[in-house]
Amino acid sequence: MRRGRPALLAPLLIAAALAARPAAADPKVHVIHIADMAFGAAPAGIKVGDAVEWVNDDMFEHTATARDHSFDLDLEPGATARTIMRSAGEIAYDCRFHPGMRGRLVVQK
Amino acid sequence: MNWRYLVIGAAAMLASGAAQAQTTAAPTDPQIAHIAYTAGQIDIEAGQQALKKSRNAKVRAFAEEMVRDHTAVNDKALALVKKLGVTPEPNPTSASLSSQAKTKLDELAKLDGAAFDRAYVENEVAYHKTVNGALSSTLIPDAKNPELKSLLSTGLKLFQEHQMHAEHLAKELGS
Repeated sequence: MRRGRPALLAPLLIAAALAARPAAADPKVHVIHIADMAFGAAPAGIKVGDAVEWVNDDMFEHTATARDHSFDLDLEPGATARTIMRSAGEIAYDCRFHPGMRGRLVVQK
Repeated sequence: MNWRYLVIGAAAMLASGAAQAQTTAAPTDPQIAHIAYTAGQIDIEAGQQALKKSRNAKVRAFAEEMVRDHTAVNDKALALVKKLGVTPEPNPTSASLSSQAKTKLDELAKLDGAAFDRAYVENEVAYHKTVNGALSSTLIPDAKNPELKSLLSTGLKLFQEHQMHAEHLAKELGS
């Protein structure tokens, strides 16, 4: 019995270890809140492969639309949408409906 | 009469009309609430008219935005006055806004196609300018209740964004 126990536990331990480790496919998520007709501050430390998520806390529908056309997300009031940053650089974005709403992301390699 | 003069007249009315209705110098919160709500409704009706008449995709998208945004802010305004136990009070300023808007709707109803699109968008620029002026110079400073003041400030940001959008669109249409 004593010799059998580790053999029984081993698969459980491996399963637990796998569950605790974040899956490689899960990107780091940077959140930007939209409120009162404005995009919140751009998060620092965004890297290629990370996700940027917009949360629309406003009463109005908005979009997060990249000037370089790399993303165009529709955000109804209360909605959340995210996109993965595929390349490094600075991305200016705005709201298609409210042209005074502007934001900028800096994506590092 | 040219609508530009009408809206300039409306700005003057907004600045002074409600005041004249009172013995005090400033419009009351129930009057301000009625003026702001009416200003939103007017733009919703103008947007609905544009959605019936225009076939231009950009004009239609703009009109949809006007209806959607002003409905959202007016719904909030209704919820707020209910919460505060305030009954919006009709007054000469809101009555004047409504009658001028009716004249404009009738005038636009006679136009079609590109002529309608241009006239609608030009009027949106002028109308939003007028309301922005009234909100910043009279309605927001005179509002007493902080929640009403805050909602009016949100309304001002919204009207400013719409004015900018309308100006971009007017340029594209070659107005």
